[in-house]
Amino acid sequence: MAFITANWNPLGEAFYRKVELYDMSWVLRDGLRDSLVAAAPYGGPIAMMKESRCLSPSVRPQLEIYTASGVIMATFPWKSGPVVLLGWSVSDELLCVQQDGTVLVYDLTGAFQRHFSMGQEVVQSHVMEAKVFHSPYGTGIAIVTGSSHFTLATNIDELKLRRLPEVPGLQGSPSCWAVLNQDRQTKVLLANGPDLYLLDNTSCTAVVPPGVSPQGSVFVHMAVSFSYKYLALFTDTGHLWTGHAHLQDKLSEVDTKIRSPPKQMVWCRRPKSQQPSVVVMWDRLLLVAGICNDTIQYPLEEQCVCVGELDGVRLVSPSRHELLQEVPLVCEEIFKIASMSPGALLLEAHKEYQKSSQKADEYLREIKEQGMLGEAVRQCVEAAGHEHDTHTQKALLRAASFGKCFLTNLSPEAFVGVCRDLRVLNAVRDPSIGIPITHTQYKQMTVQVLIDRLVYRRLHPLAIEVCRYLKTPEYQGVSRILRHWACTKVQQKGDSDDVIVRCISSRLAEAPGISYSHIASKAYDSGRTELAIKLLDYEARSGEQVPLLLKMKRSQLALSKAIESGDTDLVYTVVSYVKNEMNRGDFFMTLRNQPVALSLYRQFCKLQEQETLKDLYNQDDDHQELANYYVSASYREKRLESRLSVLQSAVDEYNKAKNEFSAKATEEEMRLLRFQRKLDDEKGAGLLGLSLQATMEALLASGLQKQADHLYRDFRVSDKRYWWLKLRSLAEKEEWEELEKFSKGKKSPVGYLPFVEVCMKRSNKYEAKKYVTKVTPEQRVRAHLAVGDVEGAAEAAIERRSEAEIGAVISHCSSSSQRLLLDKLQRALATANRK
Amino acid sequence: MAAHLTNGRVNLNILREAARKELREFLDKCAGTKAIVWDEYLTGPFGLIAQYSLLKEHEVEKMFTLKGGRLPPADVKNIIFFVRPRLELMDIIAENVFSDKTNSRDFHILFVPRRSMLCEQRLKEQGVQGSFTNIDEYILDLIPYDGDLLSMESESAFRECYLENDQTSLYHTAKGLMTLQALYGTIPQIYGKGECARHVANMMLRMKREFAGSQNQILPVFDTLLLLDRNVDLLTPLATQLTYEGLIDEIYGITNGYVKLPPEKFAQKKQGEGSKDLPTEPKKLQLNSAEELYAEIRDKNFNAVGAALSKKAKIISAAFEERHNAKTVGEIKQFVSQLPHMQAARSSLANHTSIAELIKDITTSEAFFDNLTVEQEFMTGVDTDKVNTYIEDCIAQKAPLIKVLRLVCMQSVCSNGLKQKVLDFYKREILQTYGYEHMLTLNNLEKTGLLKPQTSSRNNYPTIRKTLKLWMEDANEQTPNDISYVYSGYAPLSIRLTQVLARPGWRSIEEVLKMLPGPHFEERQQLPAGLHKKRQQGENRTTLVFFLGGVTYAEIAALRFLSQMEDSGMEYIIATTKLINGSSWVKSLMDHPETQCP
Repeated sequence: MAFITANWNPLGEAFYRKVELYDMSWVLRDGLRDSLVAAAPYGGPIAMMKESRCLSPSVRPQLEIYTASGVIMATFPWKSGPVVLLGWSVSDELLCVQQDGTVLVYDLTGAFQRHFSMGQEVVQSHVMEAKVFHSPYGTGIAIVTGSSHFTLATNIDELKLRRLPEVPGLQGSPSCWAVLNQDRQTKVLLANGPDLYLLDNTSCTAVVPPGVSPQGSVFVHMAVSFSYKYLALFTDTGHLWTGHAHLQDKLSEVDTKIRSPPKQMVWCRRPKSQQPSVVVMWDRLLLVAGICNDTIQYPLEEQCVCVGELDGVRLVSPSRHELLQEVPLVCEEIFKIASMSPGALLLEAHKEYQKSSQKADEYLREIKEQGMLGEAVRQCVEAAGHEHDTHTQKALLRAASFGKCFLTNLSPEAFVGVCRDLRVLNAVRDPSIGIPITHTQYKQMTVQVLIDRLVYRRLHPLAIEVCRYLKTPEYQGVSRILRHWACTKVQQKGDSDDVIVRCISSRLAEAPGISYSHIASKAYDSGRTELAIKLLDYEARSGEQVPLLLKMKRSQLALSKAIESGDTDLVYTVVSYVKNEMNRGDFFMTLRNQPVALSLYRQFCKLQEQETLKDLYNQDDDHQELANYYVSASYREKRLESRLSVLQSAVDEYNKAKNEFSAKATEEEMRLLRFQRKLDDEKGAGLLGLSLQATMEALLASGLQKQADHLYRDFRVSDKRYWWLKLRSLAEKEEWEELEKFSKGKKSPVGYLPFVEVCMKRSNKYEAKKYVTKVTPEQRVRAHLAVGDVEGAAEAAIERRSEAEIGAVISHCSSSSQRLLLDKLQRALATANRK
Repeated sequence: MAAHLTNGRVNLNILREAARKELREFLDKCAGTKAIVWDEYLTGPFGLIAQYSLLKEHEVEKMFTLKGGRLPPADVKNIIFFVRPRLELMDIIAENVFSDKTNSRDFHILFVPRRSMLCEQRLKEQGVQGSFTNIDEYILDLIPYDGDLLSMESESAFRECYLENDQTSLYHTAKGLMTLQALYGTIPQIYGKGECARHVANMMLRMKREFAGSQNQILPVFDTLLLLDRNVDLLTPLATQLTYEGLIDEIYGITNGYVKLPPEKFAQKKQGEGSKDLPTEPKKLQLNSAEELYAEIRDKNFNAVGAALSKKAKIISAAFEERHNAKTVGEIKQFVSQLPHMQAARSSLANHTSIAELIKDITTSEAFFDNLTVEQEFMTGVDTDKVNTYIEDCIAQKAPLIKVLRLVCMQSVCSNGLKQKVLDFYKREILQTYGYEHMLTLNNLEKTGLLKPQTSSRNNYPTIRKTLKLWMEDANEQTPNDISYVYSGYAPLSIRLTQVLARPGWRSIEEVLKMLPGPHFEERQQLPAGLHKKRQQGENRTTLVFFLGGVTYAEIAALRFLSQMEDSGMEYIIATTKLINGSSWVKSLMDHPETQCP
């Protein structure tokens, strides 16, 4: 621990350190020479292939994929065309850009996934150079062709090729170029000798960075920082210009005195640091240049590859893997020689405490006197997160824990959080796993992504351990991992369907929210339909099963699953699919076995395809519904003859359905229609379409008594109804004599109160009174009241000794003028009550 | 603005806020100025979620009603169609889009409550699918109506479920209940009665399984869910409601919380003005518990409303009299500060006095009385096996068909079917009087069981009536002690079932439950550990009662009455597919073949 600052180098006000990550476990015969090497950021995997131009055409190069610690993950001979560039996508897919513009995509196990092309024209002109870049939109690829054209794809998962405008005067490939991401737009910055151009979707603009000296020097290399914020340019005069990527501000310019173009140039910058710096690499030298004119120089023994990270640069060499970074501020404060920061004092105090020395108390007192104990703990906790060495981590955390004892109200969250994070980080940094991410990177990439990364590497057990340890909700954690595991499982050849199904279902049984349909679709994609169907059986969400079942042409099964889900729209989906797929007969048969689907389809037909509806009923021998259909259809016929014939079909069907009533009623309807037509023709009565009642009404109104009577007999209209009709019609026409005659004829089936009422409706009290006496005793009170004869009503009510009726009369009395009557009624009421 | 939603036991405003949030998110998705084209049916329900002001804040500048032909001119960037997923509406939309020649607009569709593949297919066939920038869904299943009332306002739910065997609305119900559980916690106990209830419960349990793992950690607000099929109790909606709110609905119809009343009674009486310029527009009033007086009287039997109103009148005038006692400046200030509240109370009183007068004119009429008498005869089982003279007279006098159908159905339901002869007589009378086109309507009523021939020799309605005490001879209308006050004697079957479930439990009425259609069941939903409620002494339990196929205001009143009963220990929240009354319900089952276009 005493040597913790041994590998620190000052640069301006900051320190830089090289942390050894791994001794590489790979054995490379020729080192990294003449190889295409791609190392993914965030401690990702490394892919490597000999450059084709260095091999004889008959030799197939080997493509190798390693972890960051040099453990081999996959290797296979390259059988496709010459490769220009290797790169990694954000989801750990290996992208191999070929000379002909084809991009082949492999997963971490070296399994081919898919391919796409960067454009047809490239086949001819060839890709000269390519770059893979990452932005908030995903992983993108930029190429420059032999005919000096730039083509971009911002997201390879949603491929949209954009050809950028031409650059004036550019022959062949530019001397150097970089992809920028500014204002949510992807642009290309390129140098053609001493000239710089910025290419965006529509235009090519010449740009001049401020303060480049000496004037007219040629740009040979450029680098953009991880966040696209800064730009570095290297000129043939050995000058390194740094500034903001929008080319308006200059940060510094350093004369490196080395004129040969560098092999690689990468920004090395801690987030929030005010001192960005650039790492420039030549064959034998690594140089760190910052804003100040200082530089740090590291001699190189082997050929290296630099990998830019969010908070540093990783150096991969054939023998080891190191991280070069600016020492984080808290680490600097704690470990800087002779530091008196609270954290440093606390660390010291704890050291003394372990030695059982009373000096511990002195240090502690000193911190407490400044009131900085909380700060001290915070520093130790934070610094622990930034350290790679587990001993240092432990020492810092112990010191923090020690300091915590003397504080009463410190929130333990930060401490617990860092402990947890470190546990996870140390696990994934282990050489056997080989993901050397820093705490800062981990926080940036989130646990979710880390778990994805583990899963891509098929480290399912570790991923599950991590989730359980961090108590990630099952749905986002364990379940997701198991799903991925199952998806890889179904793609494994060799095992029988049953073995795989059993294996998967037993492993996944406990996990909630597993999408079996997703797994099944993977199985189907790899050609195992039977396995897919077996797996689908485990899917809890019927809705999810349906699309895949349809894809696999199991429409019957899809239909029953859709019905199970209860989602009627889904049922419709399957029905319309099946309808197009089968012939009509089979389709109807299918529906017949699925009543729910059948009734839904009927609904659909009712609104959309009336004719089909008929066929459906026909095929089911559903005579009742068929008859109803005809009844409904009859109203769509304009001509009477066709209407009658449709109604006749309805009658036939009602008969077949043994619905005697409806058959008869429909026959009646036809008879009525014919009658109406006849009369319309003869007298222009305008009856067609009226109901029987309305027809009779109209006949009576126009004096066609005989015809009305005919209908009354013919349709066996109830006496009551006809009587009502007649007396109303007579009253309406004010034929009072006729009415009286009518009342004296047959005994009225409706009683005589209606006579009173119809007269009163025309306000003919005189006529009304004629009938009051004929009214039955039960209704007599009402009749008297109807004609306004309160006294008569009172008499009748008292006679009947009915409480309710007496009450009704009382409510009709006005208290002032009919006092006597009222008293009489009250008395009667009292006696009625007594009874 | 939505105060009436928060004063209940369960804060239903959470649901409303969730719905508003989703609406805002969708509107923000379409950048720039917008015009909304409304499926007319949706405007009412949407009004309960968001007023125009919210839409305006999100750059909605114009609103149109969806109709064929050209869109009205509007200088906006986006046209958004708010529609139900209906095929016929898709055709109209296609027409609208085709006739738009400006080419500079973005079109969007928002399906309510759910997008439908069938409709999208239709848009594709019409060749307009590509014209839409966004095709989205706005999941609006349960709309909060009041502090204790949710409705899906799905007009045809009963018809679809029981007549057409289309269970779409049940799927939406289950989804709606899942949304509710996401906001208010898993409901640990589910009871139900009826086929549809079973189906909904099955779907809920299935969906719960499907979403396992993404479970929410919310302390459950509801203790119990009771799902009731409307066809378990076909009788109640047929009867005329006798509560204040029920009568307003029966007579004038309440739609989406608003009622339109004849304007004459509400004319402003100003001195010196004659009655010549009476308002001709119907008076539109919003009815919910935000209005203090209305909350007080809406669930009372109408016969008790008069007394309540006059009591209120006294209180208010006494309050106004206070001003004479106010002597000091402080007292006057206090009086003045109360003025707005008092004035609101006074105008509310004036409104309801007018409404009560309007209703009283009707309830005191002979026709109303006769009708009620017949209804009560049926409910008590008097002469239900013969042709009823009153119904016969009604038909002969061509009373409104719906009224006749309500009575005939009621007779049928109360006697477990009509004798074939009686049934045929009624049907014949109806067909001859109102036209043969009603054959289909009659068939529909038979299919749903509202009208049926007697098959089994046994009529079990009397047994049900006696066991569940559906008829209470001495219903107290003024200070009720039993739910039967809402129908002046008849206790709604559905609410009795609810009441018995709470105490002593359904086990005590197994026999009766078997007589009613459909299965009855009980399910338990496992709660995540640590979410089991620790009930305090005397704390009420909360039950969500869901009526599949509709609920009437009188039934709601009865449930509110139960909530308020001191010893019930149960609070009820009511949810339904649609707020109905007998007329709107029967109307939804009618077919009109004569009006369809050839």
